[in-house]
Amino acid sequence: MDTVKLTIDGKQIEVERGTTILEAARLVGANVPTLCYHPVLGGGGACRVCVCEVEGARNLVASCVCPVNDGMVVWTNSKAVREARRTVVELMIASHPQDCLTCDRSDTCELRRLASRLNVREGRFTREKKASPKDTSSPSVVRDPSKCILCGRCVEVCSSVQGVGAIGLANRGIETVVAPAFGDDLADTKCVACGQCTAVCPVGALIVKDDTDAVLDALSDENKHVVVQVAPAVRAALGEEFGLPAGTDVTAEMVGALKQLGFDAVFDTQLSADLTIMEEGNEFIERLKSGERLPLITSCSPGWINYMENFHPDLVDNVSSCKSPQQMMGAVIKTYYAKKAGVDPSKIVSVSIMPCTAKKFEAKRPEMNSSGYRDVDYVLTTRELASMLRQVGIDLKSVQSSDFDSPLGESTGAGEIFGVTGGVMEAALRSVYFALTNKPLENLELHPVRGFDGIREAEIDVAGQKVRVAVAHGLSNAEELLRRIESGEKEYHFVEIMACPGGCIAGGGQPFSQDPDIKSKRASVLYAGDRAKKQRMSHDNPAVKKLYGEFLETPGSEIAHKLLHTTYCQGEKCSEKASANIKEAS
Amino acid sequence: MSEAAVRSTAQGAGTGIDPDLMKKVDAVIEQYRGNRGALIPVLHEVQEIIGYLPRFVQSKIAEALGVSEAEVYGVVTFYSLFTMKPAGRHKIGVCLGTACYVKGAAALLEAVKQAAGVENDDVSADGRFSVEVTRCIGACGLAPVLTIDEDVYSRVSPESVSEILEKYE
Repeated sequence: MDTVKLTIDGKQIEVERGTTILEAARLVGANVPTLCYHPVLGGGGACRVCVCEVEGARNLVASCVCPVNDGMVVWTNSKAVREARRTVVELMIASHPQDCLTCDRSDTCELRRLASRLNVREGRFTREKKASPKDTSSPSVVRDPSKCILCGRCVEVCSSVQGVGAIGLANRGIETVVAPAFGDDLADTKCVACGQCTAVCPVGALIVKDDTDAVLDALSDENKHVVVQVAPAVRAALGEEFGLPAGTDVTAEMVGALKQLGFDAVFDTQLSADLTIMEEGNEFIERLKSGERLPLITSCSPGWINYMENFHPDLVDNVSSCKSPQQMMGAVIKTYYAKKAGVDPSKIVSVSIMPCTAKKFEAKRPEMNSSGYRDVDYVLTTRELASMLRQVGIDLKSVQSSDFDSPLGESTGAGEIFGVTGGVMEAALRSVYFALTNKPLENLELHPVRGFDGIREAEIDVAGQKVRVAVAHGLSNAEELLRRIESGEKEYHFVEIMACPGGCIAGGGQPFSQDPDIKSKRASVLYAGDRAKKQRMSHDNPAVKKLYGEFLETPGSEIAHKLLHTTYCQGEKCSEKASANIKEAS
Repeated sequence: MSEAAVRSTAQGAGTGIDPDLMKKVDAVIEQYRGNRGALIPVLHEVQEIIGYLPRFVQSKIAEALGVSEAEVYGVVTFYSLFTMKPAGRHKIGVCLGTACYVKGAAALLEAVKQAAGVENDDVSADGRFSVEVTRCIGACGLAPVLTIDEDVYSRVSPESVSEILEKYE
């Protein structure tokens, strides 16, 4: 290993060449403050909060981007450094609206914490801040440019990680803003509503649209029957909001908390994940036999669906016609459940708790009303659920545990792993293999499709046929996989795409985290849940069997098609429809 | 053309841009198709041809090069030499360098704007004039200085502006 020796705060250290001063400083225990630096996205050198003194250098250096050199002598906390850092933060605060008391990010703001840590108490600088109007055009993401500190994290995640480029840095100097091209509204861009920008914004400049008031109001309305469904990834992360270590399974506590909140029934989106496998598996087997419209591409990630419609409308025939599990559950609640429970579907308020911000957009798509009512009325993110629990004073740690309600509460391990990249593929193959061979896979755990490599592939022998599958997560990885398919470089039968890097467990609505291992910690909850389940294949789900027996007949039946499948839009019309939808809805 | 007209035009039809010039623009853009690194040269060449960078042209460039519209717009709004507004038939430059300024260039600029019919928008409604502020053009002995296209006018008083502009149709 090529190493360099240097001295940091009087301590000698030897590190690999190419290490930044910031990384080296952390190795000797120096806790250098940062702001624009993000452990997953890397450093930007934009904010200058991490400056350090390097002996012999003309100026203080931004430690997050400056690599170490042999013989360097670094001071991370000299007087000059402390003064510079404080001035940097004072200048940021001078142009920041100081409405911390009522800000969405009051408890989680990195700028506020930094100001507190550096003991910035009274600003020396004031300047008139131009009023920048909020952009509330999107049903998922709210932009408040007046709070933006121009760190660039959102631009990086939107353009590099997701390959969408809905926002960028525009103008120059004091006029600089993070904004969509031409100053348009977010709803008029190719934004896919994934919300990854809200997950990395250090302040309140990009936040998720808050729908907690509407849900709390519905819960207080005696004339409403309020039903909730919860996605798999929520139970793997909600505990973090209440001080529990990442990777804690809080399923039972979460259900208990939802019951304490007053929901009339608490259902599991994992059941409709199993339902998705029944429908999508059926679709896949039909296409595999006919050899038409392959590869089949999954449709449960609404961020991916938006991306497909905006960037790859030519793929519309390859994408599964299945609604996402959220929308399937919504349609089943207002039909099957309404009838079974003897409740007028017009009185049902259907709420879903999701790790996802694109699900807010999806729920508002005009065509999502096959039951005659909106499939889903309100979508809350994991963070919003935590906020709602705090609003009414429920602490997840001391709540009485509970189980999901019948008849839509039972799920299999296959439904549980839907929340992590590769999980839909794994769940589908378990059932498809069984359907075609009449026996389960020798090993139900398909490790080649697990993990967090951007693109993964596998070949499985199913009744003598080699079935080639691929998985991509994060839209720039998806773009690369689609390029390989469209160029003919690769041929697959079945492809899973999830918009967010890591899948739903790292969705845009999940608790804030800068832990580089957060994805594996949350995924471990779902994989453990799968192992612990009585049934691990979707077609074994007794509640799903009953649902088909009593109501949906068979996968792909007329009624299943009407309630559980959807259509997509293409090209110019698509953007018109999508933006009309947003503006009407919000 | 007003900015609103530019914004409402999707494909360039009815943009007021000469079709022959548009062909040249398209040829430039095609030449760089897929070349993400060529953004600034493309913007340069296209602005050379039509004088400005309207929205629909930026969208075309983004699509062809494979970069986002936000990135194109970011570059266009960052560099002051790029403009999203069409220039008038005659370009008036008012020098606000130090020497011109102390000789009353600020009042001159106001008089020019008024005479040319230019509000905050930098082009007159009839498309005859566009006004821009320039830095020192090296004619400090002649301050305050006004340029129209290639012509230079020295020691200009606000009162004489109307008469000067009449020469340009």
